[in-house]
Amino acid sequence: MDIARFRKHSVAVLAAGVLLAGCSASRPAATSGTSMPTASMSVTAPSAPVSGDQVSIDGFAFVPATLKIKAGTTVVWTNRDEEPHTVAASDGSFHSPGMGTGATFSHTFPAAGTFDYVCSIHPMMHGSVVVTA
Amino acid sequence: MNPDGMSRRQLLRHTAWFGAAVGFAVAGGEVISHIAGAEAAEHAHAKPTLRFAQVSDSHIGFTGAPNPDVAGTFGHAIEQINNLGYTPDFVIHTGDLTHLSSPEQFDHVKQMMTGLKTPHVFTVPGEHDSVDDAGQKYRQAFGAGSVGDGWYSFDISGVHVIALVNTLNLRKLGHLGADQLAFVEKDVARLSSDTPIIVFSHIPLFAMYPQWGWGTDDATQALGYLRRFSSVTCLNGHVHQLFSKTEGNVTFYSGTTTAYPLPHPGDGPAPKPVTLPAGKLHDALGIREVSYTTGETTLALKEQRLQ
Repeated sequence: MDIARFRKHSVAVLAAGVLLAGCSASRPAATSGTSMPTASMSVTAPSAPVSGDQVSIDGFAFVPATLKIKAGTTVVWTNRDEEPHTVAASDGSFHSPGMGTGATFSHTFPAAGTFDYVCSIHPMMHGSVVVTA
Repeated sequence: MNPDGMSRRQLLRHTAWFGAAVGFAVAGGEVISHIAGAEAAEHAHAKPTLRFAQVSDSHIGFTGAPNPDVAGTFGHAIEQINNLGYTPDFVIHTGDLTHLSSPEQFDHVKQMMTGLKTPHVFTVPGEHDSVDDAGQKYRQAFGAGSVGDGWYSFDISGVHVIALVNTLNLRKLGHLGADQLAFVEKDVARLSSDTPIIVFSHIPLFAMYPQWGWGTDDATQALGYLRRFSSVTCLNGHVHQLFSKTEGNVTFYSGTTTAYPLPHPGDGPAPKPVTLPAGKLHDALGIREVSYTTGETTLALKEQRLQ
């Protein structure tokens, strides 16, 4: 179920990549900044189900929405949207600055636990990091 | 291109989603709203007691394809206000002055707004103005004269104006919080019930589309304190499109943006900036004129597309 949903998302991401590529062909000046992260997105997305240390922020969603990691892992969030986003822990333990297009934020999780977070600009966006010892 | 037809289509679409609460007449590139009938039209020639202009969502610092020159379009909006043919009593910017709350963006937008020809410029913060510091940089730039986390009120020409901050401590929707609710209760306690009330906020105080966070979770309590007043008008930004709704004694008006359009509620999965076909951007942007004439229970609004 999760994998099926994720595949569907990957297809959407790839489609978006194609659309953006089309745009950059006709309007290179306006979109040159977005074409590179989009290209790397289409490569990394299919190989990152729910473990790993990368979270994409794409289409107003954290992908994957739940990331499973070992204690001590540094997680990197990358904003692929034109809109700025943040990564803000519900318990206040971490809070990124505003992340513009292509910006990244990293946080190291030293101990086991489940850490829920939202985008403080668009708080309907939810994600969580599940840390095991 | 026919701008009137465009606007009418948009309004018809609004009506289809939400049902018509307010009638609109389109004339000469302007959208004039009346509430339930001819009262406003009958008094159209009386000299207004209060006239002000609203701009919103300038997003200074945004550089995406939907509008690569947000400073340019905001500059046009300022020019348009300066050429209304009269000096507005004040100008209100209903938030998202900046895109990312950086000190440079606050400097830039503040400097631009010094070009407004009006005795007073008022603001409320958007969530883009309080991205990572609970509004500290916003209050440094624009918070003079405010209390609490940036809210305030004032009286002008017999009208009581309340400016609220609902972009801090967000869980899902806009949020006012206990301190601000207490402020509103105390603020209006001394006023007689026939005092016209105008409320500014960034996020709508009505449930425009909660799935996208377009509402305020504790607004009902604030509006409860205003229930005894015969005329309450709430003006907001945030949604980058015109919309209006009446609930009892309160009429809500969402304003458009000077930066870039957002989708209509539920149109697509998320409120992502919309890139319009070349030449169409200005039709989605604009400014709003608001006037109040003593003796009337409603304010007159005039929406102007960006020229």
